[in-house]
Amino acid sequence: MLDFGRHEMAIALNATPSEVVAQIAASRNRDRRRFRLVFVITWVVLVGGLTLAIAESGKVHADFMAKWAPFIMGGIPITIFVSIMSILFAVAFAVVGALGRLSSLAPVYAIASLYVSMVRGTPLILQIIFVYLALPQFGIVLPSLAAGIFALSFNYGAYMTEIFRAGIQAIPRGQLEAAAALGMTDQLTMRRIILPQAVRIVIPAIGNEFIAMIKDSALVSYVAIQETFWRASTTGSRNFRTFETLLIAALIYWTLTIIFSVAQERLEKRLRESEVRV
Amino acid sequence: MSETRDEFARPGALTPAGAEPIVRVLALEKFFGSNHVLRGCTLEVYPSETVCIIGKSGSGKSTLLRCINFLEEPTIGAIEVDGIRVSADPLRSRSREHRDQIRQIRRGAQMVFQEFNLFPHFRVIDNLIEAPIRVKGVPRDEAIATAEKYLDKVGLSEKRDEYPGRLSGGQKQRVAIARALTMEPKVLLFDEPTSALDPTLVGEVLNVMEDLAHEGATMIVVTHEMAFAREAADRVYYVEEGVFVEVGPPEEVLGNPRDPRTREFLARTLGEAHVHEAAGAVRVPEGADAMHIHAEAGEAHLRTEA
Repeated sequence: MLDFGRHEMAIALNATPSEVVAQIAASRNRDRRRFRLVFVITWVVLVGGLTLAIAESGKVHADFMAKWAPFIMGGIPITIFVSIMSILFAVAFAVVGALGRLSSLAPVYAIASLYVSMVRGTPLILQIIFVYLALPQFGIVLPSLAAGIFALSFNYGAYMTEIFRAGIQAIPRGQLEAAAALGMTDQLTMRRIILPQAVRIVIPAIGNEFIAMIKDSALVSYVAIQETFWRASTTGSRNFRTFETLLIAALIYWTLTIIFSVAQERLEKRLRESEVRV
Repeated sequence: MSETRDEFARPGALTPAGAEPIVRVLALEKFFGSNHVLRGCTLEVYPSETVCIIGKSGSGKSTLLRCINFLEEPTIGAIEVDGIRVSADPLRSRSREHRDQIRQIRRGAQMVFQEFNLFPHFRVIDNLIEAPIRVKGVPRDEAIATAEKYLDKVGLSEKRDEYPGRLSGGQKQRVAIARALTMEPKVLLFDEPTSALDPTLVGEVLNVMEDLAHEGATMIVVTHEMAFAREAADRVYYVEEGVFVEVGPPEEVLGNPRDPRTREFLARTLGEAHVHEAAGAVRVPEGADAMHIHAEAGEAHLRTEA
């Protein structure tokens, strides 16, 4: 067989190599667009169909929904406030917990382990109600908002302790050696070298925890905090129209998680492209 | 350890009589578990001397260097840096006094690592001022001035505000050398500083190190770069299985080794050195049917073109 080089190939395909490359790219783009289109159609059909079916059933009152939607949506700022405050305190609990879990001092390690074990071994709803209703028996009375935020952050802090521990342990040994060789103390090394790098590593995981927190914040309705879910369930049961109010609340939570997921993806992308390589 | 043959290779030959050594390693032994890595190493380094330690991988040469600033805790023996002597005391190693002494030794003996170990979340300038400010207590503006001086010395003034992630390997290592210099140490410890570098970047780092050696810095260098040892060292130590097999000036140890073990090591290392020095452009002679390439550390990139 004769040498079948690029030029012969192009003649056989009736196109130059660059044209072939462009055709391949165009075909890939077509596939990608088609995939996206089918994705959107599927969502519209499913969600639209469900909406239509509910509306057609005549058992759901649109007027009622319109009347109470503003009141339920009034819980959104409280939901977001509780979630943000709780994640901030949870990070603080988690840093302390992680340092404890990495300590070589037996009592410190024991206390940190006890914290993680105890919190992870009991239900979150029990912890929330415990802080609000059981602690007053010992004279510790917290306002409902403080009790809810404390219980949520204490709980999430225990789970995030392990995330921070893993983040700290992910820092290369060479960083510790470099700091030690410069004469830095262990404490200084942790504060200036290890923790700042560990935080960058765990930021995506904290984002996930925050999104979970938005949904779990509904549990503080049990201590009479008038956030989104409390408003939905109260107005729903009072008017015997729980379907409508819970549907509104569900849409609110769903929208919030979508918004924060997109924000988190953006943040992760920025971290990935950052010139600070950890 | 064999006795030194040449009067000029005697430790301290360059310094006025009566001067004290900056570094003393006294009968040092190190065990990793039951693995006896260092078997009684004694070493003295006087001001302005450059000492190269050569040997195979696993001979104990890096461990010896890491014992000098206690990144590895010696099992038996003592280390003295700039008058501060710390005896090996593995059972008492967590006591506050022991740790304070070790930190003092580390301030006087700065290390440059094979893997640079710059702090990636700090800009170059912040890498350089962190320890002077927080460990030595130097005022910030003074620390910045010192840092800029040494950054200029390694030729990287224009990288002052970059993050390490944006630098090449050679630039990173030069920043790491500047970082060590900003602590104004009594002695610099180099742990295979060019072994992780792309062959084309080795030269810029060795140039900085040669300048330092000629300017009178006190240096202990663990290296595979025989050309550097020949050019810059006042004394070369050949280590095998945790003991100094041969010590002397580079012309003697590298040019005319007496011990058969040194000779065998050099034959293996120098025999392959042309591959390294050619920096990636190795031509296989016409008609050759095989070529042996040996990489000690880092990566070897091999590209063949017919």
